[in-house]
Amino acid sequence: MADYAHPEALVSTDWVAQHSKDANVRVVEVDVDTNSYKEGHVPGAIAWAWNTQLSDTVRRDILNKHQFEKLMADSGVSNTTKVILYGDNNNWFAAWALWQMKMYGHNDVQIMNGGRKKWLSEGREVSIDVPAPVVATYHATGPDNSLRAFLDQVQSALQARSHLMVDVRSPQEFTGEILAPPGLPETCQRGGHIPHARNIPWGKACNEDGTFKSADELKSLYGGEGVDGTKPVIAYCRIGERSSHTWFVLKYLLGYDKVLNYDGSWTEWGNLVGVPVERGSVAAKA
Amino acid sequence: MKVENFAERKIEIDGWPVNLTSYQIGETYHCKADNVSPGAGLARTTGATREEAENKAIARAKELLRRTKRREV
Repeated sequence: MADYAHPEALVSTDWVAQHSKDANVRVVEVDVDTNSYKEGHVPGAIAWAWNTQLSDTVRRDILNKHQFEKLMADSGVSNTTKVILYGDNNNWFAAWALWQMKMYGHNDVQIMNGGRKKWLSEGREVSIDVPAPVVATYHATGPDNSLRAFLDQVQSALQARSHLMVDVRSPQEFTGEILAPPGLPETCQRGGHIPHARNIPWGKACNEDGTFKSADELKSLYGGEGVDGTKPVIAYCRIGERSSHTWFVLKYLLGYDKVLNYDGSWTEWGNLVGVPVERGSVAAKA
Repeated sequence: MKVENFAERKIEIDGWPVNLTSYQIGETYHCKADNVSPGAGLARTTGATREEAENKAIARAKELLRRTKRREV
């Protein structure tokens, strides 16, 4: 992990095995499938459900500051707690949780490289015990919206061609052949992508074992599509979790400063009236 | 408990690549079927054997994948 711009953003499964029950460490599993945790998890880990605990359940939004502070406090997380996030699908929603924690100013938060898959594949210990954390005190800052893109910013960026748009969905979603990941409900009116976007599927950043590829491999992957840190980037997907994974890679593993996660993503853009959409051509270039 | 007998394999259902991940925790086999790209879960099942858990997951994945419409682009 030493070649990454911010190697401290990751911890290994070995590290977690040794420290998951340390007093100042809180391990949190954040899955796409919120039932995964129940079948067995890292001993000492708690779980956050992305769709109820990490989202406002009425407005379509991330947690507000008060909701975030309450989640942290109820999870036994203080401002100085080291939080280790991991989850299924190579850490999709772990990255989403990290993105929110960074927006609210939590400094000491890391992702377990390889996520749930690596932990299971290594035949490690799992537990079905659900810890009951002692409620902590937590004061959030922010939100730091410099990490997030809203619709009006995306539209302005598109008009000014000021940012590189990186669509991290599958090629079939990008071209408009399908409107949602295979097997999942269609959640937009139209298929395609934001004009001029590059298609760099999130999974290309990962190895077979779920860990992140090396810094050199990542530089080559993104650099090959013109993403080299010189121009600001807006990453998007369908609902913002896959793009938070890419956001993490670009910002923490490659050290590119100006990277925004457009969490409105295709479920917003693909349902809007009167916005431009491109279809076809995986190799859409600016 | 330790995770045992972790295995992954790729199959195809109605033209869609599907990843099957299975493993044993205690006496129970667990299986997860996901679409390879993007990797979202389609089914999570259990069984007394790997075969039983996988067959349940494949059946559920088939149901869901049949609903996916391909469009001309």
